Amino acid sequence: MALFDFFKGKKEGAPAAIFGKADRGILVFENTSEVIQAENILQREGWQIRVMGPPPEILKGCDLVIEFPLIEELNIVRTLGSEKIPPLDVVPVTSPLLQPVDLFHIKDYGRYLMVRAANMKLTVEKETERIVNVSGGGCPDIPYLAYELVGKTLSEAPSPRTIGHTLCGYALQLAYEEVQRQCSV
Amino acid sequence: MLGIVGTVPSETFPLTTGEITLVGDQIRINDAFVAVSRGTPALMAAAAAVSEILGQPPPVAYLIGDIGLGKGSRHLYKFLTEYLPHSPLQTLTFHYLQPIIHWHERLQNSIKTITPKPCLIADAGFMYVAKMSGQSSLYDLFTPDIGELAFLADEEAPHPFYTRGFILHDENRVSELIARAYEHNNAARFLLVKGKKDYLASRDGILEMIDRPAEEALEAMGGTGDTLTGIVSALIDSGIMIEEASVMAMTINRLAGHFANPSPASQVMDIVRHIPRALTDVMKRKDTAVVQKCQKTTSRFTPIRRSSK
Repeated sequence: MALFDFFKGKKEGAPAAIFGKADRGILVFENTSEVIQAENILQREGWQIRVMGPPPEILKGCDLVIEFPLIEELNIVRTLGSEKIPPLDVVPVTSPLLQPVDLFHIKDYGRYLMVRAANMKLTVEKETERIVNVSGGGCPDIPYLAYELVGKTLSEAPSPRTIGHTLCGYALQLAYEEVQRQCSV
Repeated sequence: MLGIVGTVPSETFPLTTGEITLVGDQIRINDAFVAVSRGTPALMAAAAAVSEILGQPPPVAYLIGDIGLGKGSRHLYKFLTEYLPHSPLQTLTFHYLQPIIHWHERLQNSIKTITPKPCLIADAGFMYVAKMSGQSSLYDLFTPDIGELAFLADEEAPHPFYTRGFILHDENRVSELIARAYEHNNAARFLLVKGKKDYLASRDGILEMIDRPAEEALEAMGGTGDTLTGIVSALIDSGIMIEEASVMAMTINRLAGHFANPSPASQVMDIVRHIPRALTDVMKRKDTAVVQKCQKTTSRFTPIRRSSK
């Protein structure tokens, strides 16, 4: 289940925790880009994981961590090691992890549609599905993402998760997916 | 002198410091030209436009390339930590930087050695890290939008991405969100909240609200908050008190937006072009409600002059 599938799941009704609290651990990485890479690898291998916010004691800044079933630690660390992306640390979960936001705000301007996810807004021209604006955010990849997305159609534009590196980039991915969903109905 | 700290979306743009001038649709810093699309260049363009009209020295850029990996931001944090104690800056505006808690703390330790303390303004990623670090109260002004205000109000969220759902981004609850942000010491001395309505607030609550002229399309445009932060930074650095500068900036940004006749597809340079006209308009209309509000504000609140920084 991708992080963004997890959000979609949340929209339809909050799922129960995947694992019992005592069974969970978190994988800590150098930066958010590595988290995204590790998430892709572990999902490809079929592991039940999810991307969450770090506990306060290891919070560095613009962070994400991967929550995983602690009993699978050895296999998961070995898998990541073989892919040259070993975690910096593996920590048992001792307190509730932060949940990413999962609420969308949609504004219809007639010719244009804007979707806001967390602090990020994405606006498209409905008829052409051309991305006309990216707004909000505070992490340095947002101007870069805006540069790469604005002026392109939803089918031409790169997915924010493939070129973004921060939590704002993640939020923009959510808005991007919701815009795609809105334009497909 | 106003210093503006931020990033541009490039892996190769080097650490660049120098006076900012607006040349057509670009800002110029020494021999470097940067397109004004959104983000820190938009803030710098707006500040440069205001400074020029006011006859003030151009703002000074501390700019580096960063595409979100934090490499450029770390370099800039390190440079500023060493440079700022010797700088002549009266006003410092921090913008798009990778939020890194330990670097923020080092930078604050460096800023504390500056006498007199500069006026500190934070927006975007640097506002996030100030709040993450629990050091919001060291700042004079934050300029959040409504979503970022909800983040400031959530004492447990380290980033807007984790703002808890029960703290809704609802403009009808602005007063409550402001109170909550101050209750947990997660706000600067003043908050300039950007949105459908713009608010100036302090620990005492909402001080001013500006909602005219109103242009619905501005919410979708990237960079409109950046221009507001740039305008207010330049006004404060010119010697205008924070309360008055904020009310003026909210009005100028809205007027510039109105003059641009925007659609949701408009780009921020469309607004920047109209800032000189909007600023001149606000300054000329001494007898309008806007200026009366400013005068009322300055007489109602304790004056905050340079000496208070």
